[in-house]
Amino acid sequence: MPTLPQFLSQAFNGIALGSLLALIASGLSIILGTLGVLNFAHGSMFMLGAYTAFVVLGHWDSFAAALAVAALVLLLVGLVTERGLIRFYYRRPAEDQILVTFGLGIMMVEAVRHVFGPLSQRVPLPSWGQGVINFGFFLYPLYRVEVIGIVAALLFAFYLLLYRTRLGLVVRAGIEDPLMVELLGTHVRRVFMVVFSLGAMAAGIAGATYAPLAAVIPNMGEPFLVQCFVVVVIGGLGSFFGAVVGGLIVGEILSLTTLFDPSYAQAAIYAVMTLVLIIRPRGLFGTMGRE
Amino acid sequence: MSHKLFSRRSLLKSGLGASAAGFSLRQTTPEAIAQDHPVLGTYPAGVNGSTIFIGGVFPLTGPYSASGKDEQLGFQLAIDHLNNGSRITDQIPSLTKGGGILGKKIESQSADSETKPDTAVQAATRFIRNNKAIVLTGGVSSAESIAMQKLGQREHVIFMVGNSGSNDTTGKDCQRYGFRAQPSAYMAAKALAPVLAKELGATRKAAYLVPDYTYGTSVYKSMKEFTEKTGWTTVTEQLAPLGTTDFSSYLLNIANTGADVFVNVAFGADATASTKQAEQFGILSNMKYVVPNISQFQAKELGASIMGGTYGTQSWWWTEQDSYPLARIFVEEFEKRNHYKPDWGASEVYIQLLVWADAVERAGTFYPIEVIKALESGEKVNSIYGEVYYRAEDHQMVRPVPVMVGKKPNKMEGPDDFFQVLNLVPGEQVLPPFPETGCKMPDINA
Repeated sequence: MPTLPQFLSQAFNGIALGSLLALIASGLSIILGTLGVLNFAHGSMFMLGAYTAFVVLGHWDSFAAALAVAALVLLLVGLVTERGLIRFYYRRPAEDQILVTFGLGIMMVEAVRHVFGPLSQRVPLPSWGQGVINFGFFLYPLYRVEVIGIVAALLFAFYLLLYRTRLGLVVRAGIEDPLMVELLGTHVRRVFMVVFSLGAMAAGIAGATYAPLAAVIPNMGEPFLVQCFVVVVIGGLGSFFGAVVGGLIVGEILSLTTLFDPSYAQAAIYAVMTLVLIIRPRGLFGTMGRE
Repeated sequence: MSHKLFSRRSLLKSGLGASAAGFSLRQTTPEAIAQDHPVLGTYPAGVNGSTIFIGGVFPLTGPYSASGKDEQLGFQLAIDHLNNGSRITDQIPSLTKGGGILGKKIESQSADSETKPDTAVQAATRFIRNNKAIVLTGGVSSAESIAMQKLGQREHVIFMVGNSGSNDTTGKDCQRYGFRAQPSAYMAAKALAPVLAKELGATRKAAYLVPDYTYGTSVYKSMKEFTEKTGWTTVTEQLAPLGTTDFSSYLLNIANTGADVFVNVAFGADATASTKQAEQFGILSNMKYVVPNISQFQAKELGASIMGGTYGTQSWWWTEQDSYPLARIFVEEFEKRNHYKPDWGASEVYIQLLVWADAVERAGTFYPIEVIKALESGEKVNSIYGEVYYRAEDHQMVRPVPVMVGKKPNKMEGPDDFFQVLNLVPGEQVLPPFPETGCKMPDINA
C-alpha cells in the first residue's frame, strides 16, 4: 500500500501532468468543436513548439522569448495549414480529414528528423526554473511547479478569449450551430482559420514549455496526441472546460496508477474513457454541436 | 576380337574413367558444392545470380531511432568494405580477396522497424520473400531482435543480431539461426558489479528504473544477482513502459525510497529523458548514478556534467582503438564517411557482418547449415573487438566487456572523450555457465 506522502506527491504530480495535457487538449477540442476536424497533426505541432524553443534558446538566452516565438511560429503554421490544406477538406468525409492531418503530422516529423537528426536535443531549464522545492516529505522540481502556473495563466487567457470577447462568442456559437452562425451573416470560414491557428498555438506553447523536461526528439508528440484524444473524449468534444477537467483527470490517473502498477497506467485511462462513453457519450461537458 | 586401334572394351573403360574423373572434378568447384546442398531458406535461390542480398532492419523511428541510425551506418560501411576491400578486411585472411563474398557482390537495403517487433518482422519477411536475402541483421531493442531471430529460425535464414542485451536472446529464446555479439545482461552485470563494489563501496542501497520488457527485466535480474553478491541491497524495482516520455511519477517513487544509488536500465530516448528528469528531481545530486548498459549517444545528448562520474558498460567505446588496431582503422574510416565517431551500435553490425562473411568463406558455401557449423566451430576471428569467436552452445559471442566511468568536463581531452574505460573484462570470465542460460538450441536440421 502506498504511504500518504507517496500518495500526495503523486497526486501533485498528476496536477502538473494534467495541466499540460489540458492545454494541448483545449486546442484540439476547439478545433474539433468548431471545425469538426480531428487534427492528427496536433502532436507534431506540440513537437514543433519544442524544437522552436530549442532553436531560439540556441541564439538568445531568454526563455520568455522562446515561448513567445514558439507561439508566433505555431500561429503561423496553423494559419498556413488551415488556408493551404484543411479548408479544402471541410466538406469531405471524416476519414479524409483524418488521413490528411495524419499525413501532415508524419511529414512534419520527418522534416524535423531530416533537419535536426534523430538524436535528442537539449533544451536547458530557464534560470528561474532550476532546483527543487521541498514540500516537507517530498522534493519536486521547481520548474514543474512553474509550468502549472504558466499553463494556468495561458488557460485563463484562453478562457477570457472564448468567453469575454466577440470573437470568442462567434467561436462558441460556431461550435453549437455553424449553419445558423453563417446564416446570421458571419464569415464562419474566417473564424475557422482563427480557431485552427489558436489551437495550433496552444499545442506549440505547450511543447515549448515542456521542452526542458524531456528528450526533444522528432517523435515526442506521439504519446501526447493519443492521450489528448482521450482527454477530449472524457471532457467532451468542443468543450474548453471539458478539456481542462479531462486533462486533470487523465493526469491524475496516469500518476496515481504508477503507485500500484505502471503497466496499467495507459490502460486505465482508456478504461475511464470507455466508462464515460457508456454513461455519458457526449463526454462530461460535451456540447450538442457536431453529431 | 577385331584389330581396331581401340578395342570397344578399352574405349568403354577409358570413357568411364574420363567421366568419373570429370565428375569428381566437378564435385570440388563451388558451384558443384552449391548444387549438392538441398534447397533451404533462400538457398540457393538467393545466391544463384552474380550478386547476393543482405537486408538490415533498424529502428529509424521510435525511442531507439538514434541507435538505429548508428547501426545503419555501420551496416553500410561493412557492405562497402566487403564489396570493395578495405584496410580492415585486408587483415582478415579469409576476406582479403575482396569483391564481395565467394566472388559475389553484395546488394543491400535497410528498412525501418519503428522500434516495434511486428514491424521489424514484416520488414525482414519482405527481405526474405522479395529479395531472397541470404542473411539478415539489425534490431536494437531485444524485443525486435528476438522476434527477428525467431523468424530467421522459421525461414532458415541466418540472423546476425545487431543489438540485444536481454539474456533471453541466447537463453530461453536462443535459436540455431541467430547469433548475438553484444554482451548479455548477465555478462555486463558480472563485469560491472566488482567495479561498483570497489569504487562505490560494498553496502549500497540501489533503486532501479526498469523498462518493462524482456531487456529491462533481464538487466535488472542480473544486476540484482551480482550486486547483492558484493553486499548491496536492492530497494526497489520501478517498472516503466518502453517509450515513456514523462518519468516524473516513477522518479518520485524512486526519490522516496531512501536509496543512495540510482540504477537506470532505460535505453535510448527513454534513458535521455529519465536521466534529465532525474537530475531535475535532485536524484542525481543525492544518489550515485549507474547505467548498466549505456546507450549510444547518451553522453553526447546529456553532456559530461551529468554523465561525468557515472559507472556502466557499453558493448564498445571508440577509445578501444588504443587496444585493437582494427578498431583504430574502423573509427577513422567511419568518421571520414559520417563525420562523427562510431558508437557501439555501428560497431556491432559491422563486426557481425564481417564475422558472418568470414564463416561463409571458411565454409566455402552460403548453405546455411554449413555456415552455422563454421560459426559454431570456435575458430577465432580477428576483429575490431580483438579476437572473437562464438560459443557453440548458445551462440553468444565471446568478446571483451568494457567497464567504464564517465569523465567530468574538465577531464575530457576532446569533444568526444566522454568515457574512461576502466577495464576490458575478457569474455570468458563473465560468460554464464551454459546450464544456467535456459537455452534449448534447436537441432541444426530443424
